[in-house]
Amino acid sequence: MSRKVDEIHGVEAPADTGDAPHPPYSYPGYESTRLRAPKRTLTIAPRTLSELTGPVYGHERIGALDNDLTRQYAGEPLGERIIVTGRVLDGDGRPVRDGLIELWQANAAGRYTHAGDRHPAPLDPNFSGAGRCVTDSEGRYRFVTVKPGAYPWGNHPNAWRPAHIHFSLFGRSFRSRLVTQMYFPGDPLFHQDPIFNSIPDERGRERLISSFDLGITEPEWALGYNFDIVLEGRDATPMEDH
Amino acid sequence: MPGVTPSQTVGPFFHDALLAEDQTRLVDEEYPGAIRLHGTVYDGAGEPVPDAMVEIWQADSRGRYPHSDAPLKASEDSESFTGFGRSGTDWEGRFGFVTVKPGRVPGPKGTDQAPHVLMTVFARGLLKRVVTRIYFPDEEASNAADPVLLTVQEDLRYTLVAEPGAGGLRFDVRLQDGPGGEPETVFFSV
Repeated sequence: MSRKVDEIHGVEAPADTGDAPHPPYSYPGYESTRLRAPKRTLTIAPRTLSELTGPVYGHERIGALDNDLTRQYAGEPLGERIIVTGRVLDGDGRPVRDGLIELWQANAAGRYTHAGDRHPAPLDPNFSGAGRCVTDSEGRYRFVTVKPGAYPWGNHPNAWRPAHIHFSLFGRSFRSRLVTQMYFPGDPLFHQDPIFNSIPDERGRERLISSFDLGITEPEWALGYNFDIVLEGRDATPMEDH
Repeated sequence: MPGVTPSQTVGPFFHDALLAEDQTRLVDEEYPGAIRLHGTVYDGAGEPVPDAMVEIWQADSRGRYPHSDAPLKASEDSESFTGFGRSGTDWEGRFGFVTVKPGRVPGPKGTDQAPHVLMTVFARGLLKRVVTRIYFPDEEASNAADPVLLTVQEDLRYTLVAEPGAGGLRFDVRLQDGPGGEPETVFFSV
């Protein structure tokens, strides 16, 4: 996969640290890290009950249609209707059951329903761009939505974000809390996107690209994409001492 | 760890999805012992970060976590106490919670930890979240023996202790050293 944005900005590719696929805090190609990325080395502390436990969060709040972004309003949103489904697993390969997934995205024209989004693309009165659901007993989730559009941002000349959907997940512990993005296969904008390319390892970048799956596609209705998500394992069993 | 899904920034437009409901009150404001825990997130220029999201995870006042692999124990603080809170930052970079001071939680090798709250911050420009801990200013003795605080460079430990004030306990997060020499908050690898 080409790294043209790094060449454009004279940025050295980050070292593949091998310990995790996550990007570094500081990535000069992504301008917003300049004043926000911590500069000191992280403190490595013992993992305690505090880090190895996590919230049981949100189940009772989920409505039956919260995972269908095409049925939140009287009319249907414009765009290419898609199904996004997959499994949530922990680093030990176990399904994460009853886990809350929250999702947000731009509409088909590449605009967020958000006061801060100034991109002069049309808003869709039938699309909030927000959804959530809980994984089933096998860790599976399913959303119905529309394919988000690409949109420009001010990071560098002629910068456009590849189409993406943001995901927020809780695993089994505070360690496994994850916010990430799902991308679409074959997107022509990958090569110039520093957020995507901040991930040092090519296999890591590929794990953020969903796969088109005709088995998920519903005839005469919606295209299907598979996106599996693997959260950090817990590495220890929490004990209640008292 | 092979196979783990990489982190990406939360971006600036998460509000409608992640902040749709108010999750800043872990207990009712009228609850005896309720405290307000608040602060500001600053960037390296000393400017407030208005598009951050702050989450906390803490034990109840007896030091118990209602965690996912143990039966949910009724908390003394509230039957609905989940230990979890989420707050956006406003245009001045401010976040805030109403909660209780947690009790002591077991640490490694039979130790007890000082009362503390785990905090994580997400924002545009943070490709992955940062994680820190909030300690309490009225716990000098237990803070001095806390097994996690002791791993922190000594002259920076104070950045993890909230400050008492009229508006409650204040805990500011500095993502980098500030222009006036204010040190970057200590962040942990979890």
